[in-house]
Amino acid sequence: MSAHVEADRDVCIGAGNCVMTLAAVFDQDDEGLVVVTQPNPDGVDPELLDRAAVMCPAAAITVKT
Amino acid sequence: MADVLADRLPLFPFRSPDDDPFTPVTGADLRRLDGPVTRVRLPTGGWTWLVTRHADVKQMLRSDAFSADMTRPGFPLLRPAPPQTPQNRRGGFIRMDGEEHRRLRMMLTAEFMVANIRRIEPLITGVVDDALDQLEAAGRPADLVARFALPVPSLVICHLLGVPYADHEFFQKRSAVLLDQGAEPTAVRDAATGLRTYLGTLIETKRTSGRPGDDLLGRLVSDRVRTGELEIGELIGMALLLLIAGHETTANMIGLSVVLLLQRPEVWRRLRDDDAAADGVVEELLRYLTIVRTGLPRQAIRDVQVGGRLIRAGEPVTALLSLANRDEEVFADADEFDPYRQAHQHLAFGFGVHQCIGQPLARAELRIALTRLARRLPGLTLAADPATLPRRDMSIVYGLAELPVTW
Repeated sequence: MSAHVEADRDVCIGAGNCVMTLAAVFDQDDEGLVVVTQPNPDGVDPELLDRAAVMCPAAAITVKT
Repeated sequence: MADVLADRLPLFPFRSPDDDPFTPVTGADLRRLDGPVTRVRLPTGGWTWLVTRHADVKQMLRSDAFSADMTRPGFPLLRPAPPQTPQNRRGGFIRMDGEEHRRLRMMLTAEFMVANIRRIEPLITGVVDDALDQLEAAGRPADLVARFALPVPSLVICHLLGVPYADHEFFQKRSAVLLDQGAEPTAVRDAATGLRTYLGTLIETKRTSGRPGDDLLGRLVSDRVRTGELEIGELIGMALLLLIAGHETTANMIGLSVVLLLQRPEVWRRLRDDDAAADGVVEELLRYLTIVRTGLPRQAIRDVQVGGRLIRAGEPVTALLSLANRDEEVFADADEFDPYRQAHQHLAFGFGVHQCIGQPLARAELRIALTRLARRLPGLTLAADPATLPRRDMSIVYGLAELPVTW
């Protein structure tokens, strides 16, 4: 079963940890805020998905499995 | 606060052991901490809760139960507050909460986002290589802080902001005073006023010229000030924060990192020979050195539990990043420097909404500065006993005041 990734742009502070951790799933828009480019990522290391959520300083990222 | 009990508490901030600049707290002080959330005495006479576990620091810094506003009565201060005026607080969003903080921070997020920092990496490389040319030309021995660690990030942040590097002596001297927790309140006030006046004049020149310039301050003048979204006084405060944070932190990380790496020749060689290793080494350096040694001060604005302790509304709290980064629950053999470890969970950049906005820039500067230094001067050695080097124990940004090297 593939994971589902959501990001709350209202709390994102643009620190960029998620992009550094997993650029295949996360990006930053023109304002520097998070964009989930692959909400249902395929073939991505689940540990890196969890890491992106855990390391988000603003708790903006949710990973549902 | 006249508190008889507080007199018996350990005095904060802590210092490194005399013979070891890397260990953040002496064994004697560590033994006096009676739990992961415990009270310590402040040099200003009061006390603060000290939060030292990784999980507790994360919870605390992500919580909106704490304020970062140091003008609040009862906020934990390491030095007496300089006389506050509404003017000298403006734009300093590191000390704001909630929407007030978010409004200003969001004007800067795009500037420091990962893709934009990647774009300026060639500029950073050029700055580093020029500094190395000058270091070599000046000859050995040399002070690596004055010749390399300080100029590199100063030049880069000046370029990004649009501040003339020729003025570096003026702003470096004053930013050191602002960070020194042992400085007199009047000296702090004068340094802040001097820097605000300087940046105000610079910004005014950009504003009144036809072309504000293609740099961060110029863009904020064009896009935010001229549109009425941002006031000049706020922009001055933001510029002040970025200028100081942009050079002091990376400069001190470079200096301490070099001392540590020169005592570990195998890691020094890895940096030189293995491009893929550099990112991991930098993360471990950030964890192990944690240069914001005095921690992040906050004040509870409502009753809140941290690490099993009830913190009451109004009480002062300090998140001690340096000990959280040595938490055995997260980092096995945490007191060992291990360039192979997964150090990414470190809290050297803080956590929560105030987490360092410049971290992609800091990482890039550290990686490029350290790898190119290791390649250019593989035979670099310390020209002094590390235990005798002057330390910045009372600065918000810990580091070495000088670093004699030869090659």
